[in-house]
Amino acid sequence: MYAFTLHRPSSVRQAANLLAKSEDAKLLAGGQTLIPTMKQRLASPASLIDLSLIEGLSGIELRGRSIVIGAMTRHAEVADSPVVQENLPALAELAGEIGDPHVRNMGTIGGSLANNDPNADYPAAALGLGATIVTNKRRIAADEFFTGMFETALGADEIVTKVMFPLPKKAAYVKFANPASRYALVGVLVSKRGREIRVAVTGAGANGVFRVTAFEEALQRRFGPKSLDGLSVPAAGLNSDIHGSAEYRAHLIGVLARRAVAAAAG
Amino acid sequence: MPAVSMTVNGKPVTADVDPRTLLVQFLREELRLTGTHVGCDTSQCGACVVHVNGRAIKSCTVFALQLEGAKVATIEGLANGDQLHPMQEAFRDNHGLQCGFCTPGMIMAAVDIVNRKGHDLDEHTIRSELEGNLCRCTGYHNIVKAIAAGARAMGSGAAVTQKAAE
Amino acid sequence: MSATGIGATVRRKEDQRFITGKGHYTADVNRAGQTHACFVRSPHAHARIKGIDATAASKMPGVVAVLTGADLAVDKLGNLICGWMIHSKDGSAMKMAPHPALAQTKACHVGDPVAVVIAETLAQAKDAAEKVQVDYEVLPAVADPAQAQSAGAAQIHEVAPKNTIYQWQLGDKGKTDAAFQSAAHVTKLDIVNNRLVPNAIEPRAAIGEYDSGTGHFTLWNTTQNPHVARLVIAAFIGMAPEHKLRVIAPDVGGGFGSKIFIYPEEVVALWASKRVGRPVKWVAERVESFLSDAHGRDHVTHAEMAFDRDGKVVGLRARTIANLGAYMSTFSSSVPTYLYATLLSGQYNIPNIYCEVDAVYTNTVPVDAYRGAGRPEATFVVERLVEVAARELSIDPAELRKRNFIHQFPHQTPVILAYDAGDYNASLKKALELADYKGFAKRKRESARDGKLRGIGLSAYIEACGLAPSQAAGSLGAGVGLWESAEVRVNPTGSVEVLTGSHSHGQGHETTFAQLVSERLGIAIDNVSIVHGDTDIVQFGMGTYGSRSGAVGMSAIVKALDKVEAKAKKVASHLLEAAEGDIVFKDGKFTVAGTDRSVPWGDVALNAYTAHKFSGQELEPGLKETSFYDPTNFTFPAGCHVCEVEIDPDTGETEIVNWTAVDDFGVLVNPMIVEGQVHGGITQGVGQALLERAIYDKDGQLVTGSFMDYCMPRAHDVPSFKVGVTVTKCPSNPLGIKGCGEAGAIAAPAAVINAITDAIGSEQIAMPATPQAVWTAIQRGNATRKAAE
Repeated sequence: MYAFTLHRPSSVRQAANLLAKSEDAKLLAGGQTLIPTMKQRLASPASLIDLSLIEGLSGIELRGRSIVIGAMTRHAEVADSPVVQENLPALAELAGEIGDPHVRNMGTIGGSLANNDPNADYPAAALGLGATIVTNKRRIAADEFFTGMFETALGADEIVTKVMFPLPKKAAYVKFANPASRYALVGVLVSKRGREIRVAVTGAGANGVFRVTAFEEALQRRFGPKSLDGLSVPAAGLNSDIHGSAEYRAHLIGVLARRAVAAAAG
Repeated sequence: MPAVSMTVNGKPVTADVDPRTLLVQFLREELRLTGTHVGCDTSQCGACVVHVNGRAIKSCTVFALQLEGAKVATIEGLANGDQLHPMQEAFRDNHGLQCGFCTPGMIMAAVDIVNRKGHDLDEHTIRSELEGNLCRCTGYHNIVKAIAAGARAMGSGAAVTQKAAE
Repeated sequence: MSATGIGATVRRKEDQRFITGKGHYTADVNRAGQTHACFVRSPHAHARIKGIDATAASKMPGVVAVLTGADLAVDKLGNLICGWMIHSKDGSAMKMAPHPALAQTKACHVGDPVAVVIAETLAQAKDAAEKVQVDYEVLPAVADPAQAQSAGAAQIHEVAPKNTIYQWQLGDKGKTDAAFQSAAHVTKLDIVNNRLVPNAIEPRAAIGEYDSGTGHFTLWNTTQNPHVARLVIAAFIGMAPEHKLRVIAPDVGGGFGSKIFIYPEEVVALWASKRVGRPVKWVAERVESFLSDAHGRDHVTHAEMAFDRDGKVVGLRARTIANLGAYMSTFSSSVPTYLYATLLSGQYNIPNIYCEVDAVYTNTVPVDAYRGAGRPEATFVVERLVEVAARELSIDPAELRKRNFIHQFPHQTPVILAYDAGDYNASLKKALELADYKGFAKRKRESARDGKLRGIGLSAYIEACGLAPSQAAGSLGAGVGLWESAEVRVNPTGSVEVLTGSHSHGQGHETTFAQLVSERLGIAIDNVSIVHGDTDIVQFGMGTYGSRSGAVGMSAIVKALDKVEAKAKKVASHLLEAAEGDIVFKDGKFTVAGTDRSVPWGDVALNAYTAHKFSGQELEPGLKETSFYDPTNFTFPAGCHVCEVEIDPDTGETEIVNWTAVDDFGVLVNPMIVEGQVHGGITQGVGQALLERAIYDKDGQLVTGSFMDYCMPRAHDVPSFKVGVTVTKCPSNPLGIKGCGEAGAIAAPAAVINAITDAIGSEQIAMPATPQAVWTAIQRGNATRKAAE
C-alpha cells in the first residue's frame, strides 16, 4: 500500500472541502473495496477522507412512501432493519447477500453505489427500484446516476449522503453469485410500482447495471413469469470472462428474471 | 505519525501508527497479539476476523486509525482466564480444527453467528453464514458440528447466568 | 483398548493453543533486528533479463540491500534441484534445467523472482521493490502443456529440446496392444486433469538468521520436512554446511504437499541474512502464493480400457502429457510417473497395462505433489473409464466393478506394485448400503418432479502410501531414503518425549503419536510429549507427505519403544532380582512371570537414571532409544465413495446432496482424526471437480491469481459426509496402519464427475464442472438428441 494521509472530517461540508482541495483524494466509506484495492497497489490516493465520524450520514427511516437510507449505513443494518424487512423485503434480502457477514458489517450503501462495480448488488437495487441518490449538491435519479463501469454522475467534490427508495408494490432480487468472488455473476431485480415496471440487471453488462426494456414491456401486459417466456436478452455486448460467457449470462438473465418475477408476484 | 487509542480485549492501548497500518497489523505487530492471522489479500479468507464494538469484521480491511475509541475483541480475549469460551470448547470437542490457522477467525465468526442468529442453528444457516471463512483442512463438516454445539452451549451457559441473576 | 490408546477417540492435545490464539506459526516469529524482504517478480511469462538497475531502489528510505541473481552467482550458490531421477524410454536422463533462486539470465514464469529488496519495514521494502528497474526482452511463451512440444512453441530451456523433460513409459506395450486387438469392447476417454493451487490457508513464510560469531544459520520455515530442507540447502545450494544450519518448522498451517518443496524465497532469506548481517523475514501474500507455491495436477490424457465379452477388463493404456511448469520442483518428476502410472490398475485385476508420460516445461509456476500426487490423476482415469464403460455396456457400474475386483492377496499388478491386503467388495457393499444405492431411482424421480436432474457416481479408489521402502524408491530414481526415525526419551520421572521426523501441520500427531506411547507404556497421555519440526532437536526425519506418518513415522516409534521396553526389562530385572527373560511388561508394570512381584513403570524409569541397582559394566544408565524404520512395502488404502448430485438444468448449478465414504485404512489410531482427514480430502476433491482451476492465458498470465477468481470450496459447497470404514490390516508394518490423509482427494473427483455425467446423460464435461460447463453440456446434449430425432 502506498502512503497516504487520513482525514476524519466531522461534517459533509468539511469532507467536500477536503475532497475539492486535495489533488488525489478518495472518500473512505466502508472500505471493503477500496482497502483491498489499495493493498494491491491498484489505487494510490494521496489522502483518504473517512466519512465515519460524520453524524447523520447513517440510518434508516420510513418517510411517507419511501425508505430513506443514509449513505454510511452498513449492509448488515439494511439487511437486519425491521423497517426494510417489512416494507421493502427485496432490499433487505439483497443487502443480506452482499459479500459475507463480516464485509456486511463494514460495507456501506453509499460506498457501493458511488463505486458502481459492474458486479455489485446495490446498483441493481437503485436502478431496479427507481431510487433517488441524494448528494451534498443535488438529487440524482438512479436512471441518470450509473454512467458506465465504475463510472457515475457524481462530480469531483460530490458526496452521496442518502438514498431514497420509493416503496414498490412488488419486488424481488435474484442473484447468481460468482462462485469465487461471490459478487453477482448476474443479478436481476424486478419491481412493480403502480404502472411502472423495472427490470434491472447487474453483473452482466459491459457498462454496468442496465434495464431490460423488452422484459419490462412484456411484464406491463401481465406481471407473471410466463410473460417472459420466449424472451431473451441478446448476448452481444454482455460481459464474458472465465466465470461466464456472454451467452451464459444472457441465458441467466432470463432465468433469474423469471424467478424474480415469480418471487415478486408470489 | 498519528496516534490511535482503542480498547483491545478490555485493555486500553495507545500507539502512534503509520496511517496505512491495518487493524490486523496493529494487533499482530504493535500489540504482538498473533492469534489473528492473515491468509489472503482480498478480504475473503476470514483468518483475520475479530469483533469491533461487538460485531465481526475482517481486521485486514480496516485501518487502525479508523478505530479510535473502539472496543476490539480478539481470539486471545475470548476465554475467561483458564476457562475456555464454550465455542472454543466446542471446536476442540468436535475436532473443528486441524492446522489451526483459520481457527481463530472461524471461532470469532462463530461467536458472531450465535450473537446474531441465536443458539439453535441449523446446518444450512451455519454453512451460509460461513461465507466469509475459508478452511482448507477440515472440509467444514466438523466446523459446522462445532458451531452448532458451541451455540447450544452458549445458550445453556446464558440460561445458567440468567437463572443465577433471578 | 484403553481410553487414550490405539483406536480411541481422543480430543487433540494440540488444540489448546490453536483455539486460544497461541499457535506459533512462522509469521508469528520475530527476531531482534530483523529486516523485511520483498521480492521483485517477473510480470512476464518468459523474458530475457537484459539488465537490472537498482540505483533508485537502493536510495529509497529504509532500504538495506537490493540483491539480484548476479549477487547469487558471486556467492556461488547452487541451483534448486529435483531429487528424483527419471529416465526416458531411450535411456536418457531427464532434462533438468538450472533453477537459480533468483533468475539470472531470464524469467520463465510470471512471478519468477528476479531480485529482492531488504528493508527496515515491509512497507519500505515494497515501496523500493517498485523502483527496481528490470530491463526485460519479452519472449514468446507457452503455457498449455498440450502445445508445449509443438514445432512453433517457445523454447524455454536449452537442455530440453521441444520443452520435453522426459518421455517415460511403464508396462508392456506389445502385450497391451495385443489385448486391445482382441477386445470385445473398448472405452476411450480424453481427460484433462485440471491444474490446482494448493492454497494452504497459512501462506509460506521464512526467516533467515546468520550468526557471524559461530557461523551458524537458522531458518524458520513453513515446511513439512525441515531435515529435507536442510539437506538440500546444505548439499545442493551449498549455503551452509549441514551441521551449521538449523531449520525450524514451528506450527505450520496446512501443507497438502506445497510445503514439501525447497523454494527460492527461503533460500534467499537465509542467504540475504548473511549478506546484510541481520535476520531477514519474508511472508508471502496470497497473490505471491498463487505465483510461487508449486501447483498440482495439470495432466492431459488419452486413456482406453478394453473388455472381453464377459465385461472383464483385459487391458488399459494411457498417454499423458504432464505439465511440470517452468522449472523442475523438488519431487516433481516422480508425481506423473511412479506415483501415477503405478496406480492405473486401480482395484481391478487388469492383466495388461501400458502408460506413456511426456513431462514438459511450460512458462507456468512449477508443478509438484499436491494432496494425492499422481494418485488422484490415476484414479480419475481408471474410475471414469470404468463408469463410462458400464454405461456403454449397459452393466450396472457397481456390478462391473465387482466383476473385475482383485480378490486374492498379495496381488502383483503389471505396473510394479504388489498389493498386500484389501477387501474391495466389502467397502463397495458397505458404501452402497450407506448411500441407499437401491433407493436412488426413487430419489431421481422425486428430483425430476421438482425439475431437477439427479445423478449418482461411484469411485472405487486405491492408493499407494506409506512412502516408501528406501531400496525400492532408490531403484526407481529417488534421491533420498524414505524411512522415518524416532527417538523415545524416557525421563527419570517416567514421562516421555518422542522426537519424531514426521511433521504435523494439521494431522494431529501430538495426539495420535502420544496415544501409541500411552497404550504401549501404560502411562497417561498427558505424560507424553511429541517433539518435531526442529533439526537441532530431532535426530533426522523425512517429514510428512504421502500419507506416510502413521505407517512409517509411527512404526519408527514402535521400533524405538521395543528397544525402550527391552532396556527397561533389564532395569526391572535388577530391581526385581529376577532373570531378564522372566520379566513381563503389561499395563505399565514389570512383573516376574508367574508371581505377583512387580515394579511400576515410574520406578523403572527412575532407577534407569539413578543406576543404583546395577553396575555400569552390566548395563548403561539411562532410558532413551532411537530407531530408523524403513518400510518393507507401500501400504494400500482403498475404499469406495458414492456421490449423489442434484442439478438445476436452468442454471447448471450442481448441489452435492449425499456423500458416502467407506474407506479401508487398516488399523485406525484415532477415528475422530481419521474422519477429519477424510472430510478434508473429499472437500479438496470436490473443489477440483466443481470449483477450482488455475487458468493461464495464452501469454502465460495467471488469470486466476487470487481468491476473487480461483474458487476455493466454502462451507456451503459441500454437505455433511457419511463416513464408514472397513478394516483389513496392513501386513507390512507393525501397527497395521495404511494411511488416510489423501484418500478423500483421490476418490472424490471421479465420484463427482461420474454423478454429474449420470445426471445429465453426457460424458462431455471437464473439471471443474462449473455451472456454465454443466449448463453447456446439457444444451449440447439436448441439441444432439434433437438432431437425432
